[in-house]
Amino acid sequence: MLNATFRVSYRDDIKLFQTKLVKFWILAFFVFLILFPLIFDRYFIYLANLSGIAIIGTLGLNILVGNTGLISLGHAAFVAIGAYTSALCITRLNVPFVASIPVAGVTAALAGLIVAIPSLRLRGLYIAVTTFAFGFIVEHVIVRWDAVTGGPDGIALPPASIAGLGLDTDRRFFYFLLVMVVVLTAFARNLFRTRIGRAFVAIRDHDISAQVMGIDLARYKILSFSVSSFYAGVAGALLAGYTKFITFEHFTLHLSIEYLAMIIVGGMGSILGSIYGAVFMTFLPEGIRLATDLVRDTYPLLTTRFAALTTVVNGLIIVLFLVFEPEGFYGRWKTIKAYWYNWPFTY
Amino acid sequence: MERPAMELLEVKDLSINFGGLQALAGVDFNVREGEIYAIIGPNGAGKTTIFNLISRIYRPDTGEINFEGRDLLAKSISDISRLGIARTFQNIALFKHMTVLENLLLGCHSRLRADVLSAGLFYGRAMKEELKAREQVEQIIEFLEIEHTRKKVVSSLPYGMQKRVELGRALVSEPRLLLLDEPMGGMNVEETEDMARFILDVQEEMGTTILMIEHDMGVVMDLSDRVCVLDFGKMICEGKPEEVRKDPAVIMAYLGEVSSAGGEDRSAQD
Repeated sequence: MLNATFRVSYRDDIKLFQTKLVKFWILAFFVFLILFPLIFDRYFIYLANLSGIAIIGTLGLNILVGNTGLISLGHAAFVAIGAYTSALCITRLNVPFVASIPVAGVTAALAGLIVAIPSLRLRGLYIAVTTFAFGFIVEHVIVRWDAVTGGPDGIALPPASIAGLGLDTDRRFFYFLLVMVVVLTAFARNLFRTRIGRAFVAIRDHDISAQVMGIDLARYKILSFSVSSFYAGVAGALLAGYTKFITFEHFTLHLSIEYLAMIIVGGMGSILGSIYGAVFMTFLPEGIRLATDLVRDTYPLLTTRFAALTTVVNGLIIVLFLVFEPEGFYGRWKTIKAYWYNWPFTY
Repeated sequence: MERPAMELLEVKDLSINFGGLQALAGVDFNVREGEIYAIIGPNGAGKTTIFNLISRIYRPDTGEINFEGRDLLAKSISDISRLGIARTFQNIALFKHMTVLENLLLGCHSRLRADVLSAGLFYGRAMKEELKAREQVEQIIEFLEIEHTRKKVVSSLPYGMQKRVELGRALVSEPRLLLLDEPMGGMNVEETEDMARFILDVQEEMGTTILMIEHDMGVVMDLSDRVCVLDFGKMICEGKPEEVRKDPAVIMAYLGEVSSAGGEDRSAQD
């Protein structure tokens, strides 16, 4: 039984890590993460890095979709804006990689603000369509505006570095990303301990009631769009710095849908859910590869049709989660925790 | 100020129609500081419409609403809370995925100031004001005796308890005027008695003025200082509960007939 934690101050009650046990596991998890690049091979570190970037993007999308209840089909566009801003800062203006990250975030946030304004009067499906259209506009601009974006050829970047230290290996980039993910996760987590995060959720749950509480709907919807786009922009900058090459093909509708899949699978409106979803969906193709390898001799067709299979499984997983566990991994996690909380008693 | 000190809320000649349906036609009434004022009337009389006009969800066709001498119609819906008006809804409008604690903290929203950056860093003012808000919320939790539900998600609570939490959320903002839309609606006898006790306590201990819509006549007659009766968007009677009860126009609105013989016959058949 993990019951009966006794707290004597409100400060204790709103702490991020409530008990010694939780602190222990968090610490253990960080030790594991620090050792991760030393244990696993390069390919796994590469996947871990992609999940790190995906986590940041997913955190942003979840703030907008999961917490504020505004469905966005254009998240990839903000990632693209961040990636191209960072790339242009580095290649044209000789801005260091690290400094280009906040610039990318802020530029994407401003773009989010602009998209938010026409969306204010719209709800549900209409916002989805607006952001969907925005995604296509950005994609189109990137392809056509050769002079700046390099058109279909994309932009190649020099290897990233931080204060003279090269981030040229997967391992080094892993540690850099780890810091970024921790900082941005903590920021999001804090946001939802305060009036601003609560206002977002209030708008999602009951917008009229939220207004009666004194929440200015327009202001907070714009804010939510901006915060969400900031995260997307940072994710874009990191993606550009890591892959050292970007083209429009990285930022199509497919990426927006993938981000949505991550929050559905992980858990809408939950920060832990964003993390679960991003990691799961990034490692999923690898899982499928391992599974098909196991049965290669019996079903050789599966290995040759691997790409198609991955897409099918991706879609299948979204559907299965929507039907059987709409709250995603986070919902499952909550159920399991509630069960063990009172174990061996039933309630 | 030129207004008489007693009047907290003044409603003058209020009219609104929805696509040709005259929901309110020239309603006038005043709510005095410190009283419990009840609005009653048959279904569709326009009671909730008055609340939605006061909280600026609707815009009236004609009329004025003044609160503490200030023109409410010049304010927007999200300013109302800061001015000192809080309300509950007929069909509970809690934030259903949030816990009781979070719902109540939202009642504090208009008093808190933290910006995105300090909120995200949870540093300095953001943390201090959160803790202070929590203390205020805890006072209301204690007042309403809902300590045990503190961390429960509101949608998991029974109906009567949700009504109580909604009252709490309104109280947290320390309103000068509290609008209660059918606080006893759908409650059993015990829950109704609890709620009646809370409403009286709010009036006496917190000095809050209460404007209430209620169908339970026993409650209305026991609690209110003054009652107004609305029928088809018009006010047909206003006064002390015992006066209203005897008013022929009110009896007609509720029972449909005034003449004693016919009226009794019909009600006997029902």
